[in-house]
Amino acid sequence: MSSEFVRPDGRLPDQLRPIKMAVGVLDRADGSAYVEQGNTKVIVAVYGPRELHPRHKASPEAAVVRCRYHMAPFSTRERKSPNPSRREVELSKVIKDALSQTIFLERFPRTSIDVFIEVLEADGGTRCASINACSLALANAGIPIRDLISAVAVGKYNGHIILDLNDEEDEAAEADMPVAIMPSFNKVVLLQLNGVLTEEEFKQAFDLAVKGCMEINRIQRETLRSRYLSIKGEENEDV
Amino acid sequence: MNERRIVLPGEFLVEGDYQPGLNVFRQGKRFYSSKIGLLSIDKKVVSVIALHGVYEPKVGDLVIGKVIDVGTFSWTVDIRSPYTAILNASDYFKGRFNPLRNSLRDALAPGDMIIAQIVEFDRTRNPVLTVQGHGLGKITRGMIVELTPSKIPRLIGRKGSMINLLKKEGRCQITIGKNGLIHIVGETVKDEELVAQAIEKIEREAHTTGLTDRIMKFLRRSRGLDV
Repeated sequence: MSSEFVRPDGRLPDQLRPIKMAVGVLDRADGSAYVEQGNTKVIVAVYGPRELHPRHKASPEAAVVRCRYHMAPFSTRERKSPNPSRREVELSKVIKDALSQTIFLERFPRTSIDVFIEVLEADGGTRCASINACSLALANAGIPIRDLISAVAVGKYNGHIILDLNDEEDEAAEADMPVAIMPSFNKVVLLQLNGVLTEEEFKQAFDLAVKGCMEINRIQRETLRSRYLSIKGEENEDV
Repeated sequence: MNERRIVLPGEFLVEGDYQPGLNVFRQGKRFYSSKIGLLSIDKKVVSVIALHGVYEPKVGDLVIGKVIDVGTFSWTVDIRSPYTAILNASDYFKGRFNPLRNSLRDALAPGDMIIAQIVEFDRTRNPVLTVQGHGLGKITRGMIVELTPSKIPRLIGRKGSMINLLKKEGRCQITIGKNGLIHIVGETVKDEELVAQAIEKIEREAHTTGLTDRIMKFLRRSRGLDV
């Protein structure tokens, strides 16, 4: 990777966008999280496990994950119709499949776990930001999970393999590959590829994605931990 | 060995000849946490006291529930878990139940709170309750407060240190529903409110150390006693 290559927003090829994360942002939900990656902003609410209605959709073996990925009408430059588009249905499905692999579903037969993802601002990498927010919200809801999943996209832009594409880069990219992993167990839970990469480029891109995921996972863990440390500080005052 | 550090889902805890306790899973000989909580290693059992989560019913658990529906032969009871519980009329009327003579609605109406025990529960059926037993039945006085179900071990404390303190210094009778509802009965409403405040404090600070001492100070100071 040539280190002198500078991207449209001034980042280096292997540099993530600035990240902000928060958990427990909604009081009504059992678990919630907010994630910002550059201009991409996502909020997630998790409910459950709870009784599933209609009953016939429940499974006697395990909990059912229901996931709704939705982009707010104001999330893009041109108004986006609030109706679920073909793309949103697909993303709901792939995110659901990724989350299902980390949750101990067999612990809660006949119930549902409902995940609501709302994209507030879309600037590329919304599915990855959504997955990052989902795993924080699941942990916040106290749903038993195997690992905090982390996701990031990699792509090929102007012949260079780059990390965490924004919308401008995504539009012009030769290839775009979102990757989600379970870092503690070296497992891939989501991998999609749009465009063309050679075998060599794929390996390079995948390694870069794993590196990015590890960094995001570190920030996720810091976010969860700092929430409890801050409560500790508050309580020391009244003693 | 007993550390009390905060662990996160997917976090590696220990390796070796241990038994997995609550909220812990294993991959070979490596043990990992499945929830946010406090690590506790007691002898050879590794467990995590979760800081969030719903109540998972278990046979034998004492729970506090709210009657939400009256049927012909049973009541439906909300026990704040993913599964609603059932209380059979034959249990309530001790087997002398006659639908013509006994009115279920007169005995327990929607909204009534009961203390009950889970007698039956498996993966295929909803939990079944009983109110036959010491201290079980309809709640007629006192106060009910909530606590995240996974924090119940913290409310009880090591060998019951916390709950005994609350009963003694708070001057109340306390019944803990494993589902995160707590029934408080005191001489005066003021006593009950004080205990309720102390439980609120436990909810907020469950993950901190030295909590029992702070609750003791809180109770004594609120009464104007020496700390």
